Amino acid sequence: MGLKRGHRARPLEWLAEKTIFVVSLIAILMVFLIFIFIGKEALPVLLGRMNTSLNQKAIPVEQMDTLSPEALCEYLGLSKQQLASMDKETLKTLMELKLEARGEHSNNPDAAVNSTRWRYLLGPYQWSAYSKPEFIWQPVSEVPKYNLVPLIIGSLKVTLIALLFSVPLALGAAVYVSQLARPTVREWIKPVIELLAGIPSVVLGFFALIVLASFLQQTFGYDSRLNALCAGLALGVAVVPVVFSIAEDALTSVPRSYVQAALALGASQWKAAWQVVLPAALPGVFAAIALGFGRAIGETMIVLMASGNASIVSASLLDSTRTITATIAAELGEVVTGGAHYRILFLIGVLLFAVTFITNLSADIVMHRLKGRMEGKR
Amino acid sequence: MQTQAALAVEARNRPFRSRETDWYSVLGTGITGLATLLIVAILLVILANIIWNGAPYVSWRFITTGTATDMFDVRKAGIFPMIFGTTARVILMTILVIPAGVLTAIYLTEYARIHSPSTRIIRGAVNNLAGVPSIVFGLFGAGFFVQFIGQMMDSALGNTDNVWKQPALIWAAATLAVMTLPVVIVATEESLRAIPQGLREASLALGATKLETIVKIVLPQAVPGILTGGILAVSRAAGEVAPILFTGAAYYMADLPKSLHNQFMDLGYHTFILSTQSPNIEETRPLLYATVLVLLGLTFLLNIVAVFVRANMRKKMRMLQ
Repeated sequence: MGLKRGHRARPLEWLAEKTIFVVSLIAILMVFLIFIFIGKEALPVLLGRMNTSLNQKAIPVEQMDTLSPEALCEYLGLSKQQLASMDKETLKTLMELKLEARGEHSNNPDAAVNSTRWRYLLGPYQWSAYSKPEFIWQPVSEVPKYNLVPLIIGSLKVTLIALLFSVPLALGAAVYVSQLARPTVREWIKPVIELLAGIPSVVLGFFALIVLASFLQQTFGYDSRLNALCAGLALGVAVVPVVFSIAEDALTSVPRSYVQAALALGASQWKAAWQVVLPAALPGVFAAIALGFGRAIGETMIVLMASGNASIVSASLLDSTRTITATIAAELGEVVTGGAHYRILFLIGVLLFAVTFITNLSADIVMHRLKGRMEGKR
Repeated sequence: MQTQAALAVEARNRPFRSRETDWYSVLGTGITGLATLLIVAILLVILANIIWNGAPYVSWRFITTGTATDMFDVRKAGIFPMIFGTTARVILMTILVIPAGVLTAIYLTEYARIHSPSTRIIRGAVNNLAGVPSIVFGLFGAGFFVQFIGQMMDSALGNTDNVWKQPALIWAAATLAVMTLPVVIVATEESLRAIPQGLREASLALGATKLETIVKIVLPQAVPGILTGGILAVSRAAGEVAPILFTGAAYYMADLPKSLHNQFMDLGYHTFILSTQSPNIEETRPLLYATVLVLLGLTFLLNIVAVFVRANMRKKMRMLQ
């Protein structure tokens, strides 16, 4: 009798293997679902289907019966289920309210603006009360203003400070720990940095808000207590472990023979580390910085608590700043599900996800190549 | 003759490297060493500040009572409901994430071929999931679990009002489970890879099937790794606030959550509330420090346990190989 294989020979084995395979697809499924479910909510804005203009056609109450249910839904901003659950009287009241609202806005010069269109989301616009075209994020006002530029600038500003602070520190430490320090030092430092990584971001945010902000203000004497500098430094503390651990990994993966060859030629430990190991591990170092960037731009609680949250467009690092993440965290709890504001918040969520997705993917590819090269040369 | 002997002596005494101090190297080593020291110093300053200001206010009463009268007053407020909420969501999360994470790791190490496209894609997805910002998980949890799955459950169970389609303990736990999936997968995989191939081959040679080998030989060896992954996931999730903002955390609740579809109070979210919503920050400060100390103590305890379990495991694996 020959050896039988496949699902007929051992149905249980076959079933177990397939089950395990299906479960292992969960990670892929989740990445897809994240993309679909965040994108789905933002889609009406992306396709230009939202309209926040207050000067839309007003429909007299008497014409309600002539409207199709779909048109009525759109006009009153209701979902199908909501429409079905309402009786005629309620609908009539809603129609009247809508008419009244239209009447009130007729003298507002900005009322005709549909602020969910791309030119208002990204370009400057001269609103009636302003003296020049400006980028304004003001989602809760009579005419909501959803310009994303202040938020993007805010995120980039805080991230830049965080990276300027953390990358030199983490890279220096990674070179020292992986190449220069004695093994006993190394065994102590790594758990310490893991502990630093273990501090919850809300605790770092608290520390920045209560301790660091006052300290910085007393030292430098600026006006706004909470600002991009304070949030950026606290964020840097959160980024240090990310950059350190990946850079340290990359530096350690450089074959020992490189260092030995350099030392045999008379180089000092430092020269071997700086001129031989670091250049060899450079792609890994870039990956570390990229992942640090992803961590910094996606961090929420620290910037929510320590950046001051004013959406100002300015180049100064000492101004109060509002980031993309903090905006989502602060505003999503108070918006109407399905409204324009809600969809815009999901849109900036998509933006954030796309940025970190690309960053992670490129870091992943770089690391993979580096690993392959180092293992090949060993 | 004499000069030759003198030269030989001099050559023997000459150090291998030049005697001149290489200031360039000293400077480089010094700067990188200082960077390391600075990181350690930052950690110590943060810890010392929190312990110094928080320790005097952590008492048995503070940990075991609720916020009956005034949640901003340190003499009356307690944080038991928050500890309970955080613990409950973390335990639920562990139940959800461990099976999925361990099975994925088993597939990647035991079944999949190393360079096959499916392995590459799964690993890429895991790495990407690890880098998704926590607030995006919050958005996802609100859009997928609360709105979509909650809606489905409500219509399946025939509820007329929203029972499941609202922020709840179970949705917060599920969101965190998605977030910590990579942590569990990576830790389990590491421990599975550390098991010598010879053990598997011996088991197969004795006639055990692949499944039997995995269940009876491989998995028992991997328990410390799974444990490490679980603990790291818990410590990561325990302090996260952004993913639960819209999926279950409540500003204030009079009672403890009784069911999976109730909201809950949370230690991290409470820290956020205390530091940003307090009417008088000077009076709230002691309470705030005490709460932060408890939260930090909880996550650090878990982290330190994970570090030790992993160090132990690595030592054992080295002996096996």
